Order: sequence, then structure tokens, then C-alpha cells
Amino acid sequence: MSEVARESRRAGRLTASPAILLLLVWMIVPLAMTLYFSTQNYVLLDPDNRSFAGLENFSYFLSSDSFLNSLWVTLKLVGSVLAITVVLGVLISVLVDAQFPGQGVVRMMLISPFFIMPTVSALVWKNLLMNPVSGLFAWLFQLVGLTPINWFSDWPLLSVVTIVSWEWLPFAILIFVTSLQSMDQEQKEAAQMDGATPVSVFRYLTLPHLARPIAVVVMVEAIFLLNIFAEIFTTTSGGPGDATTNVPYLVYTQALLEFDVGTASAGGLVAVVLANVVAAVLLKVFGKSLTQA
Amino acid sequence: MKTFHPAPTALVGVGLLLGSGSALAATTLTIGTVNNGDMIRMQALAKTYTEQHPDVELKWVVLEENTLRQRLTTDISTGGGQFDVMTIGAYEAPMWGRKNWLMPLEKFTPTYAVDDLMPNVRKQLSVEGKLFALPFYSEGSITYYRTDLFAAKGLKMPDEPTWEQVRGFAEKLHDPSKSVYGICLRGKAGWGENMALVSTVVNTYGGRWFDEQWKPQLTTPEWTQAVNFYVDLLGKFGPPGPSSNGFNENLTLFNAGKCAMWVDASVAGAFVTDKSQSQVPDKVGFAKAPRAVTPKGSSWLWTWALAVPSSSKQQQAAFDFIQWATSKEYGALVAKKYGISAMPPGTRLSTYANAEYMKATPFARVTQEAIQTANPDSPTLKAVPYTGVQFATIPEFQAIGTLVGKGISGALASGAKADAELKSLNSQVERTMKRAGYIK
Repeated sequence: MSEVARESRRAGRLTASPAILLLLVWMIVPLAMTLYFSTQNYVLLDPDNRSFAGLENFSYFLSSDSFLNSLWVTLKLVGSVLAITVVLGVLISVLVDAQFPGQGVVRMMLISPFFIMPTVSALVWKNLLMNPVSGLFAWLFQLVGLTPINWFSDWPLLSVVTIVSWEWLPFAILIFVTSLQSMDQEQKEAAQMDGATPVSVFRYLTLPHLARPIAVVVMVEAIFLLNIFAEIFTTTSGGPGDATTNVPYLVYTQALLEFDVGTASAGGLVAVVLANVVAAVLLKVFGKSLTQA
Repeated sequence: MKTFHPAPTALVGVGLLLGSGSALAATTLTIGTVNNGDMIRMQALAKTYTEQHPDVELKWVVLEENTLRQRLTTDISTGGGQFDVMTIGAYEAPMWGRKNWLMPLEKFTPTYAVDDLMPNVRKQLSVEGKLFALPFYSEGSITYYRTDLFAAKGLKMPDEPTWEQVRGFAEKLHDPSKSVYGICLRGKAGWGENMALVSTVVNTYGGRWFDEQWKPQLTTPEWTQAVNFYVDLLGKFGPPGPSSNGFNENLTLFNAGKCAMWVDASVAGAFVTDKSQSQVPDKVGFAKAPRAVTPKGSSWLWTWALAVPSSSKQQQAAFDFIQWATSKEYGALVAKKYGISAMPPGTRLSTYANAEYMKATPFARVTQEAIQTANPDSPTLKAVPYTGVQFATIPEFQAIGTLVGKGISGALASGAKADAELKSLNSQVERTMKRAGYIK
């Protein structure tokens, strides 16, 4: 390494350090407090009986029936939403990539759900669309003589998955559409002249081209989807039973419905570890396609 | 201090610039309250109070029930001191009073007439006879039914129906093709949502939350019978998807004319008979909450009350305000402005001794009886170590009620028999009680 390059790297580190330090403090202080609380017997409704609990909070949290269930719910939720958004996202993007009148408007409409607040879209779905008595779906069902579905009591997790997928599909479409625009058109035309069918063009040219954007979508979405809360809070409140209680909602229940600060902190730390595990696995699987040019 | 310090002076200057023009207000009272109709009304009427007390300024923090509870609980238990007046329920008042977190209320103004408060309501807010909060309004649970639908089928609702009779009516009146459902009940999980109703069903079947040794009773035949009855009744003759219906959702359904019967808080009487929000205001009948084996605990008792936290710096001024907001004069003010039926229900004997009020308010008698029968000191058929009718006044109950509420709403959604679910819930409640040191 030349002297000049080393100099400039040092300068770079120096100028970036305040921001990094600030971020570190921003993260370390709450984390340290959470760590401390997780070792305390601390229930807000009975704060006088505060004492050191050791690892009891962790064993209490991990051994509860709700925990394994919430883990399972979280995985199902994240997995299904990822699958739906990637598959539908790719198909819709390829569809609107072709030239047709009104293309701009259609693309705009496809992206717009992303700008609606999660709580608002969840409420709209819950009360205007999926309500079994006065919802639009119920009305459509009754028009053709079917019994309306009780979405949130019979298919709670599916309903939440539907809402969340509807919110995140635009994000996937946005990424895929922009990446399709950078596709090599000449290659595509050459393939078509050699008699490639649209299906094989999609299979051998489009999909490989989309490998990196797919990796980006999966990474970014997974990190956000692990923390889905607002949609669950406004529609099912984690129920019925604990059919839609994911890890963040379980922690919320313990912290703010049961006021058990100790157990909730322990649960929060468990959730942090989980998120890191998922991120590490994803990096292993998809990270390669991100770094390979 | 003769030396000139530039900084504080500058700060004072900024303070004057930013001042909200309330230079007169010597005391600012911060009031945390819940966004129920009656409290919103209190906020509007408080202008009268500030006109009489020009040196007092009121700052309102109005939140939804769960959020308010979170804010107030964190504030009071960590000694935050953000609030001078807190709106709390019958669950918190005695617990917080016992911990000396609330100012004991003595030395009332002569006109307050503290003995005019309903005895049961007063009990709910006291510890060993000492009041810690003043009741803003109280409710029992009662049965609402549609007189027109009953008449059309030639049915007659008795004044004191049993749950079995209610089931029979629900079966006859259930007509989903016309969007009329036999009965609407709370199914939404929550210690103050479905568990309020489910606890009263368990009570009237002779059950209780804990025995004298604090052992949870969820596997007893009384619980099994009561919960299975509730799940079956609401699943068969209720609206679709009952597990997501709480008080507000059921009120909407009833007001839209979709429920033949509804068992819920007496405070809804004012809403279902209000022409501006109900489509069936003149077709509602009122009866007592249904019973089974025993009338004890068949109707719940809940009170919203105002209290002054010990951490407040302005206890006297706050105490003065809560006396005004729960006084006879305040009731008269509401009556003048919103009509006599809108007076805060369930708190004062004088309200129910007022012939005009009784005549104008069709649900007044039922409300009064519901509150008089609900004895928080002896809520159940068998003896219990706790007070409270549809809840136990212990700090752990909030967690327990939340947990059991979730399980029962799950059983309701699945429509299966709840025996296995109750067994699992019982062991989870036992876990909580062991951890808190009630049982070994």
C-alpha cells in the first residue's frame, strides 16, 4: 500500500468516526440497560419487590409455551411474505416491463401501497375489506351466494400475511422494475431471433439478471419483517389464542400488558439474537450473489 | 445576588417569549384520562371550573385505555410525577392506594356529600375504609335485547333471565341470512375485554379465580362448564368472527340492528338509545345480566375514578378539581348541557333518587340494581382471598387475565371444547403464581 493511500484511509476513518461513535452510543446504552433489566425481578405493578434474578427471566421466557409458538409464527410470517413478494414481484415486474399505453400510471399505482402507514392499511383491510359482516369481501361473497369468510378468526395468520404482503409487494416491484430497465435489450433480441420462446428468455436471461435484486429484496425485507408489529396490533392483537403472536408481539405483551420488565427485557435480547442469526444465515446464502460482480 | 449573570436573564427572556400567555395561572394541573365519551365531556365542561378558578390551568392528556394504563403505570411506579390527576379503574385504585402511591382522600368540601356515593362503588375504591379515588362513573353488566324481535317471535324476556333461557332465545332469534345474530358477546382477548364477561359467567356457575390458598381454579368443573357454555353459545348463535369483537365492535353491531341480545356494560344504555348513533333507539329492552347457579358475581362492577398521585406537587389543587368533577353540581351541569340521561351513571345515590332522571332513563333501574348486587368484598359463591368481581385485585392479575383472555379467545375461534385449553392455561397461571410467591 502506498503512503498516500494509507494517509487517505486514515483521514477517512477520522472523519467517519464521530458518526460511528454516535451510532455506537445510540445502540450500546439501551442495550446495556436491557441487559441490566433482564437480570432483575422487576414488575412495574410491584416495583418494591425488585431483586436480582440471575438468568431466571431467560429460563422463564424460553420455557413458556408461548415462546416456541411465537418463534414458529415469526418464521411462517417472514417466510410466506418473502415467498409471495418475490414470486409475485418478479412476475408483475416482467408484465409491466413491456410497453403498453398507461404504463406510467399503472407503475405508480403498483408502488403506492408502500406509502400508506402500516396501521392505516391494516385498519382498512380489517374494517373495510375483511370484516365478515360489513366488509367488501363479505358483500362480494354474498352476491354470489357464498357464506362470507371470518378472516381473522378462521385464517388469522393468512390474513396478516396477506396484509403484510400487500404492503411489501410494491417495494419488491420497485426494485425489480428498475433493475429490468438495465437489462441488455440486444441480447434479448438476439435470443428472440434465434427462436427463443418468451418462457426461455425469462428463464435464461431475465431470472439470472434479477438474481442480485432478489437478494437485496430478501435481505432488506427479512430485517423489517422480523419486526412486524403494527399490523398484528391493529388487526388480531396476537390472537385468536396466540395464532398470530410473533416474537416482537410477545415481548410487547410482557412489557406493556403484563408490566414484567425483567422477562420482557430477556425476551427482547432473545429477539436480538434471533435477528442476528437470521441476518447471518441470509448473508451466507445471498451475500455471495451481492459481492460477485 | 448583586452580580449580573447574563445566562439566566437570557433564559428568562426566552421564557417570556415562549410563554403561553398564562402568566396568571399559578398552578397547572396535568390530567391523564381515557378517551371515553364521558371523559371527553368532562374536558369540554372543565371550562366552567377554570372560570371559577382563574389561577388554575388544566393540561389534558387523553389516551386510549391500554395506552393510558401503560403511561400511568410506568409513571407512578417509577415515581415520574408527570401527572397531578389520574383516571384509573377499580383495579388500580386499591392496589396503588395500599402502596401509598395515591393521596388518601379526607377532608372533603362540605358540599361534596361523600356519603351519597354508592356503597359498593366506594368499597371498590377504598382500602380499609379509606378512599383513594373518587368515582367518575360506574357500570354493571346488563342484558340488552330487541323488543321488536322478541315480540315478532312471541317471546318474553324475564327481568332476571338465566343463561339457559338466553340460549333458548338466541337459538330462536338467530337468523344469519337476514344478518341478525342471536346474541353478541365480547370475544376479543383482554383482561378488561372478554375476561370481564367470562369471569361473570364463571362466577354465576359457582366458580372463582382462586381458592383460599391462591390455587388457580381453571380446571374445576365450574370453569369448564361455564367456558364451554360461553364458547358454544357465542360460536353457534353469535355474529361471524366473534373472537375479534370487544365492547366497541359489539356496540356497532347492536346499533346497526344486527344483535337480538347483548350482555355488556350498563354504560352502553346511553348509546343504544341515542337516535344519532343507534338505528334501533326505541326498540331496546333492558334486563339483569343472566345468571345460572347463583346470582353472586353474575354482573360485573367497574368504576372509572379520578385519583391524585402522591408524586404530585399540587395535591390540594388536584384534590379540589377531582371533587368538582365527581360532584352533584357536575352532574347537574351535564344534565343541563347534554340532557338528564347523560348524567354520570352509577356513582351517586341521589342520581337514582331523582324521579326525573329515573323517568327519562329507561336503563337506570337495571343499572342501579346491577351495581347494588355486585359486592367486590364477597364476589363469589365460594370464599376467595381476593376482592373484585370480574378481576382479582392483585398486581399479577393483569398478566393472568391477559393470558387467560388470549387462550379463551383462541378456544372461541377454534370452536372446540375448551377443556384442554383450560388445563394448559391453569398450569400457566400456576407458573405465574408460583413465581410471584403466592403458592409453593
